[in-house]
Amino acid sequence: MRVRNLAQRTGEMAVLSGRAFAAMAARPLEVTLWFAQMDQLGVRSLAVAGVATTFTGMVLALQTAYSLPSIGVKYYIGSVVAKSLVRELGPVLTALIVGGRIGAGMTAEIGTMTVTEQIDAMRSMAVDPVKKLVAPKLGAVLVMLPALTVIGCGLGILGGLLVAVIQLNVQASVYLNNIVQYLTLADVVSGVGKSFVFAFIITIIGCYNGLHTTGGADGVGRATTDTVVTLAITVMISDYFLTRLFILLVS
Amino acid sequence: MPQDRQPQPLSPPSPPSPPELRTAANEPLFAIRGLTKSFGERKVLDGIDFDILRGETFVILGRSGSGKSVTLRQLNGLDKPDAGKVIFDGRDITALAERDLYPVRRRIAMLFQGGALFDSMTISDNVAFPLREHTQLSEAEIAAKVQEKLGLVRLPEAGPKMPSDLSGGMRKRAALARSLALDPEVVLYDEPTTGLDPMTSAAIGHLIRQIHGHLNVTQVVITHDIALARQVGDRIAYLSEGHFRFVGDWAAAERSSDRELGDFLAGRELAEEDGDHAASAQP
Repeated sequence: MRVRNLAQRTGEMAVLSGRAFAAMAARPLEVTLWFAQMDQLGVRSLAVAGVATTFTGMVLALQTAYSLPSIGVKYYIGSVVAKSLVRELGPVLTALIVGGRIGAGMTAEIGTMTVTEQIDAMRSMAVDPVKKLVAPKLGAVLVMLPALTVIGCGLGILGGLLVAVIQLNVQASVYLNNIVQYLTLADVVSGVGKSFVFAFIITIIGCYNGLHTTGGADGVGRATTDTVVTLAITVMISDYFLTRLFILLVS
Repeated sequence: MPQDRQPQPLSPPSPPSPPELRTAANEPLFAIRGLTKSFGERKVLDGIDFDILRGETFVILGRSGSGKSVTLRQLNGLDKPDAGKVIFDGRDITALAERDLYPVRRRIAMLFQGGALFDSMTISDNVAFPLREHTQLSEAEIAAKVQEKLGLVRLPEAGPKMPSDLSGGMRKRAALARSLALDPEVVLYDEPTTGLDPMTSAAIGHLIRQIHGHLNVTQVVITHDIALARQVGDRIAYLSEGHFRFVGDWAAAERSSDRELGDFLAGRELAEEDGDHAASAQP
């Protein structure tokens, strides 16, 4: 029963994804809605994403220096921090933190509209809720999550630099040179590529759970919790497979 | 889905329309045939048949949970039946995809139980919403139209307010203004007086009557409010256990020998059943 349920939900999410992508391209383009969503979902997530990745970069620098205390290691702090952030921690942490925030927000917003019949009202007025609500969010998140990831990685690298210079007595030029030497385009492509997939996962799960909310305020609460949990697990699991995929693509 | 539905002779489709119904054409606007809908094990609608005539106000009465809302939601395709047909203006709409239903829904407005106003928008923007979506009108023309519709429901001052600033009755009236924005041919009312005090209910009933008179729309009202049904209904249908036990005008309803209908109209508690409707049915 649960397996069937899961299969059904996955199928319905696939249908919703198809409709959302089609609606994104369909005219009229809802430019105002897109920008409103970019602001609400993206710009307002900048602080939380920035703080998380900055401190992750600082921790990475410390951990590298103290857990591998052989002589030369501290000259490699730059590349360790940058590679870990760009390939893995940047996209995943941003997706988890920003995704938790905006995914839950989407479910709460659309879920409330569902249980108060606002979604049905929209349909009864011959307006497609997917076009009006889901597509602008999907477009906004597909642009903003990779952008936040890139900014986050930059801040994380700066955080690592700060710790390296102040606490570990590494020269800034050594730290940065090391990054330039070892960070490849493949690392960046793999990191940003992941964040596109995470953006898609966050929006579809958040909106799907909202559109399928039943049972009043209680139901909205349950759907929101479900979104946060499902998101975290799906991001983690898909991260493994995406990592394998990108390794395969590079080699 | 088991398809073992027995063809049952049900209460006859609409009787020939009396002259006072102002029937514009001979064929009914809606023809519903063999409509069946189940939720899990429970068969909510068990093959119902009825017609709705052009220009009439058709009231579907029934107890809470009798399937009235489900029936109403079939009329504009918000829900799909398991079997049966909904023929609107000569066309079976049950077979249509969501996108193909949009032209149909522009002609059929629906007033939801709680109003279902978009709570992130002002009342004006709510009423303007369908106009901005479906017409090429300029903002000035839209503003004029919004004001006209708000005036019609006697809320001329409510435009700049948010839905949360209005009382339940005002919200329903504002939602009605939004439903009327595109000048629909049909208005569907889902429990228009539930949760309102008797005086507000009577005012809503008056409004429904008035809209019928002014705009000559076809209206379908589902309710368990007998006072409202008497106030607005040209013809009534009584839905119980998945069937229409009665379809006809008020005179026929009063003469009907059906005991359950008689009990319902009189607001009497049904024998060996919980009578929760009785309390709410009579204001």
